[in-house]
Amino acid sequence: MNRFAGTVNLRELLRPVGQMLVFSLASSVVLSLIVIVLALIMDQTVVGETLLARSKVSLLTYTLVNLPQVILDGLTIGFVYAAIALGYTMVYGVLEFINFAHSEIFAVGAFVGVELLIVLQIYGMLEGGSLIGAYTWLIIAILAGMIGAGLLAISVERVAYRPLRGAPRLVPLISAIGVSFFLQDAIRLIESLTTGQFHRIIPTFGNFDERLTFGQIPIGDSVIALGIQVKSIIVIIAAVLMLVGLNYLVNATKVGRAIRAVAQDRATASLMGIDVNRIISLTFLVGGALGGAAGVLYALKFTRIDPFVGFFPGLKAFTAAVLGGIGNLTGALLGGIILGMLETFSGTYMSAFTMGAAGAEYKDIFAFAILILVLIFRPHGLMGENVAQKA
Amino acid sequence: MSGAILKLDNVHSYYGRIHALKGISLEVNEGEIVTLIGANGAGKSTTLRTISGLLHPREGKITFEGQDISHTDPHLIVQRGLGHVPEGRGVFPKLTVRENMELGAFTLNDRAELERRMEYAFSLFPRLKERISQKGGTLSGGEQQMLATARGLMLNPRVLMLDEPSMGLAPVLVELIFDIIKQMNEKGTTILLVEQNALMALSIAHRGYVLQTGKIVLSDTAANLKKNETVQHAYLGVE
Repeated sequence: MNRFAGTVNLRELLRPVGQMLVFSLASSVVLSLIVIVLALIMDQTVVGETLLARSKVSLLTYTLVNLPQVILDGLTIGFVYAAIALGYTMVYGVLEFINFAHSEIFAVGAFVGVELLIVLQIYGMLEGGSLIGAYTWLIIAILAGMIGAGLLAISVERVAYRPLRGAPRLVPLISAIGVSFFLQDAIRLIESLTTGQFHRIIPTFGNFDERLTFGQIPIGDSVIALGIQVKSIIVIIAAVLMLVGLNYLVNATKVGRAIRAVAQDRATASLMGIDVNRIISLTFLVGGALGGAAGVLYALKFTRIDPFVGFFPGLKAFTAAVLGGIGNLTGALLGGIILGMLETFSGTYMSAFTMGAAGAEYKDIFAFAILILVLIFRPHGLMGENVAQKA
Repeated sequence: MSGAILKLDNVHSYYGRIHALKGISLEVNEGEIVTLIGANGAGKSTTLRTISGLLHPREGKITFEGQDISHTDPHLIVQRGLGHVPEGRGVFPKLTVRENMELGAFTLNDRAELERRMEYAFSLFPRLKERISQKGGTLSGGEQQMLATARGLMLNPRVLMLDEPSMGLAPVLVELIFDIIKQMNEKGTTILLVEQNALMALSIAHRGYVLQTGKIVLSDTAANLKKNETVQHAYLGVE
């Protein structure tokens, strides 16, 4: 029996890794093929000629040399979205309710982590230390963000959602939006009172801003250096670890079994001896902690945060969760990767394909157009199941 | 107090504004099989739901092993050894048969004991063992009913309440389920049984209560209830 259990557990560890590889590879291949075909078609047209005249490079070459970098960047942001999306999807899975305050829980996680690093910097702890020291402090900051955001998520559920559990579904939703605004302003107030400004910049330390280069590709007049920032690698590794850990918790442990039971049938779950309220709190804790970690990672990658930093990543992650099929953990992963990739692809190539008419600032159009298309043909999302009969 | 392990004293329950139980008093003694019979909507399932804490009585008192559990949460009642196999599809559709069974023994922390109980349950329901890695929702109605009962065995409670365990089962399987209930009782589990199939229920029970629109209208030994004319007309299909 123990051997049986052992193999199952190993499979639960490897399965999400496999899924991530498949999703990353598939979305890279599909999107790459699309832009290559587009480039082939447009190369001889006015679009290609414009680019050739402007940058002395053919559209096809431009497309190809940019691909590896676009894919790396897309995956980085995609994994961040996936980590946030898991918070939405876990809470939805258990309560069938969209926790719109999750974007602010993410923001609080970012602030806790960044403020901790700033304090450490003030006391000189971040300077001159070895790389091991820098990584240790970063991990501590991520953990602090997780704890802060997780505890906040639990408190929000206690105060703003639990008393409304029997109410019509719109009511907790409105409460969530209220909590979201409340938290935004709370962060702003606290930051303004204590620091006099409400945007913060993560201290520079360690080797996180260094760029590992794999080579240079000359195109036309300029040279493209192919590489990845150390902090992007950290983001990807951390997100993968969290996704694997969460998958293991939910699918291979007794607590995870209880979470899934509560998600499917709360009354029967309580008849099994499961403390439903505790499981719901735990769901918020885990979802919030993932969001908080994602917040610190986001701050690491984009350096500057403000009280509204959660809004766009939160919205995108929510979109990713819906795209993948809300309530489904694998779906959140898939949705996050697709959304991150789409965003980066359109951000990079839109300008070249439209002769500079529409630049990277329109990148979100594609992501959301895809969302609408998917929802028209698959209302439950890519991996979602019909929850209508669950009532 | 008598030897009642479970006792309801003038219990009133409501679904919103609907007054579902209008003063139920009943007793289950240790080692007994007690059955609740009555028409659809008489309040049989509501009685069980009120006992197991899914519904809290607005009035009256429920005691289990001498302790008031009227306002205790369901999971704590289960932990005290009072199990409830709910009506119909209380099976978790997206969990495998094995996971469903393991949840039945959620309060148990002894892995070896869990496996032992599961072997025992599978020996009674070999069909479930064949389906061990199948999702609950893919089982047939009868198999789901068997799974719900088998899962109830996993808890190994002092008192087990069963709500319509024969529902949707072929006649052969109905016999099997009632045999199993009897066996469990002989092994020391006290049973509170709700059944549409009153004849079968009365044939294995020691005592019975007849419910009608939220009230107990009759209570007697099973043998006497079987002979009672009103019961025969209303619930046993005797003309």
